[in-house]
Amino acid sequence: MTPGIFSARANLGPNAVDIEYDPGTVDFEGIRRAIESAGHKVAESKPAAVKAAIEEDSDPEQVAREAEYRALMRKFWVATAISIPVMALSYPDLIPGLRDWMPMGSDTRRIVWVLLGVLSLPVLLWAGSQFFVGMWHALKHRSANMHTLIAIGITAAFLYSVIAVAYPRIFPDPALAEVFWDVTDVVVALVVLGLALEIRAKGRTSEAIKKLIGLQAKTARVVRDGKEIDLPVEEVVAGDVVVVRPGDKIPVDGEVVEGSSAVDESMVTGESIPVEKRVGDEVIGATLNKTGSFRFKATKVGKDTALASIIRMVKDAQGSKAPIQRVVDLVSGYFVPAVMILGILSFVVWYLVGPEPRFVYATIVLVTTLIIACPCALGLATPTSLTVGIGKGAENGILIRSGDALQTSQQLDAIILDKTGTITRGKPALTDVVVAEGRDEETVLGLAASLERGSEHPLGEAIVKGAEQRSIALTDAQDFSAIPGHGVSGRVGDDEVLLGNAKLMRDRGIPIDALTGEWERLANEGKTPMYLAIGSAAAGLVAVADTVKPDSKAAIDVLHSLGIEVVMLTGDNARTANAIARQVGISRVLAEVLPDEKAHEVQKLQLEGKSVGMVGDGINDAPALAQADVGFAIGTGTDVAIEASDVTLIKGSLMGVVTAIEISRATMRNVRQNLLGAFGYNALGIPVAMGVLYPFLGLLLSPLIAAAAMAFSSVTVVTNANRLRLFQPRRVVS
Amino acid sequence: MTIDRWAVLIVGLLAVAFIVWFFWLKRTKGVRAGETSGGYQEAMILVKGGYTPDTIIVSRGKPVRLNFRREETASCSERVIFEAFGKSAHLPTGEQVAVELMPRQAGEFGFACPMGMFRGRLIVE
Repeated sequence: MTPGIFSARANLGPNAVDIEYDPGTVDFEGIRRAIESAGHKVAESKPAAVKAAIEEDSDPEQVAREAEYRALMRKFWVATAISIPVMALSYPDLIPGLRDWMPMGSDTRRIVWVLLGVLSLPVLLWAGSQFFVGMWHALKHRSANMHTLIAIGITAAFLYSVIAVAYPRIFPDPALAEVFWDVTDVVVALVVLGLALEIRAKGRTSEAIKKLIGLQAKTARVVRDGKEIDLPVEEVVAGDVVVVRPGDKIPVDGEVVEGSSAVDESMVTGESIPVEKRVGDEVIGATLNKTGSFRFKATKVGKDTALASIIRMVKDAQGSKAPIQRVVDLVSGYFVPAVMILGILSFVVWYLVGPEPRFVYATIVLVTTLIIACPCALGLATPTSLTVGIGKGAENGILIRSGDALQTSQQLDAIILDKTGTITRGKPALTDVVVAEGRDEETVLGLAASLERGSEHPLGEAIVKGAEQRSIALTDAQDFSAIPGHGVSGRVGDDEVLLGNAKLMRDRGIPIDALTGEWERLANEGKTPMYLAIGSAAAGLVAVADTVKPDSKAAIDVLHSLGIEVVMLTGDNARTANAIARQVGISRVLAEVLPDEKAHEVQKLQLEGKSVGMVGDGINDAPALAQADVGFAIGTGTDVAIEASDVTLIKGSLMGVVTAIEISRATMRNVRQNLLGAFGYNALGIPVAMGVLYPFLGLLLSPLIAAAAMAFSSVTVVTNANRLRLFQPRRVVS
Repeated sequence: MTIDRWAVLIVGLLAVAFIVWFFWLKRTKGVRAGETSGGYQEAMILVKGGYTPDTIIVSRGKPVRLNFRREETASCSERVIFEAFGKSAHLPTGEQVAVELMPRQAGEFGFACPMGMFRGRLIVE
């Protein structure tokens, strides 16, 4: 057996083998060689497979797109070069010199026109080839598309010109037998240009996902056998200890085991301020280490990392459909054959009752109708905006799961916010220190914190942290004991110290009357105050409370200004709940709701006829999130793939809800503009092309103008969608 | 009315009737997905100007695997969407991509490209 490979079992199903190996001794290339020397073939090395999972459509697709763009542009330039002389010589009567050289009805004119037809042939057959190929593929499926319309249009114009040159006698006045070579050439040139520009613009719509893919680190510095070695990031396995130096990109997800630093997580979470990382904290792959050095244990690698999950979710969402698309789907199923029918009917009507030369007019009308119709603009309207909008969300740390979630988010009437962990930090912090007469704050807080240093209670931790922040020196407590439901006691230095509730004080015979007023006030503010006694006298109060996140109030204010009712939901008692609600400006509070009743509360609000969004954490609030019309899960760190939610906010801030709603509104507005434009364009353009204005205004559209309009209608739609890339989320100064 | 007018009228109406019949009145017979040893109902679908075959018949309650192979570069078909199943897949040119579904209800479910120009049906019996 190859050194470094401990075991190999082929029990994972067909075409898979489970290999246990020592990464310090053998790498993937070595394993590959070992498998091949055993007579098996390795279909694709693992690093490549992992890469493929992440970069599903990066390079090869990009290259193909670029090649198609260049091919189309080449066709455009050739078609344009031919169009110019063809156009000039097709209308000799408008150009003084030409009019005399090739007068109407002369042999010279006929010979020149034959030559123009020969010149136009490559434009039709080479530059316009994709229209015929596209038409043929669709016809085999008994369906029709844009290619069908253009192919029929340019062929009709070409065939007409052939007839006009070959048999001018079938026209009532042979001198009026004009040729339309220019129509074929210019339509091909313009539509090909439109396709090329569309490819370019469409490439830009998925820029957000390309940025995300580009974030991936290439290498990692890993400790193996006590040595630091640089490895391709694909070879890092869960459990590896990774070394991160200042300025390094963190390669995979993990947990800090040594050292500390500030990490810029903006690229993944949208949070612009670097986040402090200490031992035990989670780090996210693809984020940037700033100042310190640290080591972390890899927990998620390859396609399991937060970044890979985000990329997958965004791609899936971009590929989903918004409900608004259903109307378009219905129309586009009938659109192209309907346009063909309209074209034929117009030809017939113009030929039957139109002015002379009837054949010429009927042909123009047929060609113009086929050319101006643009099924692409309709089809592109929704998906392109969706792609840009969802990508924009991801850039701001907001993962919108589907087009459905995006469309529903824009019309929410009410939003229910879970209190703990959503509006508040979800962790208690020291808020107040009240001292009895003759005592100072430093002593009271110092004693309380020293005593609590031994306890593992979260309230105790909050007091210790509060004292540390105020740089108060702490000493070790002796004889520490916790009295369940009451408080703690112990000796700090020479002092006997008691910290706890009123009952504890009364049990020990300590008078607290002087402090009860302050206790009441703090309790009414939703805080948890505790008495501190030194010896037999009450010395003061320390209060801790779950504090409101810095931007919660600002976010709730914005939600109100967007016309959304904000409701707070919590399992906490009404007093604490109301205190927090007052701080952030919420008037409707649902307190003392048991966890399994939360979904029911959401439903009750829905029964009021409202479209309801629910914001909470993805685990405890899962049923409520699923019940809501849109469930926003506040996730933190690497746990981004939260199943129950429609929208995941990677950054734990309520401003994310605001941004999500604003993105959804901006995107849907963009979709509506696109649909209105595309429907409106076809609804106006097609009848005008058919000549409905001719009896009243004598107005008939030139096929050349129709071609220009058609080519740029779909480019306009995609460009309008790309405008969404300029979306900027509101920044709130907290 | 002159003879040429009659001719244009008749040919025109025939063309319209042909378009209606050819594009709208088509009813393709479906292809039944084959069963594999792994318990999947499997079918191959070629993506080139449309889906071939475009109608797949499967039985309810057994997992379905549809192997798409896209053989064109037109960007409209680079994704296939199964709206009713909430699934979509990216189809790089020349690669075979499997889409796995679990049909729990009988009925007819469409699949299409994002623009809805290519359409297919999954018939669950």
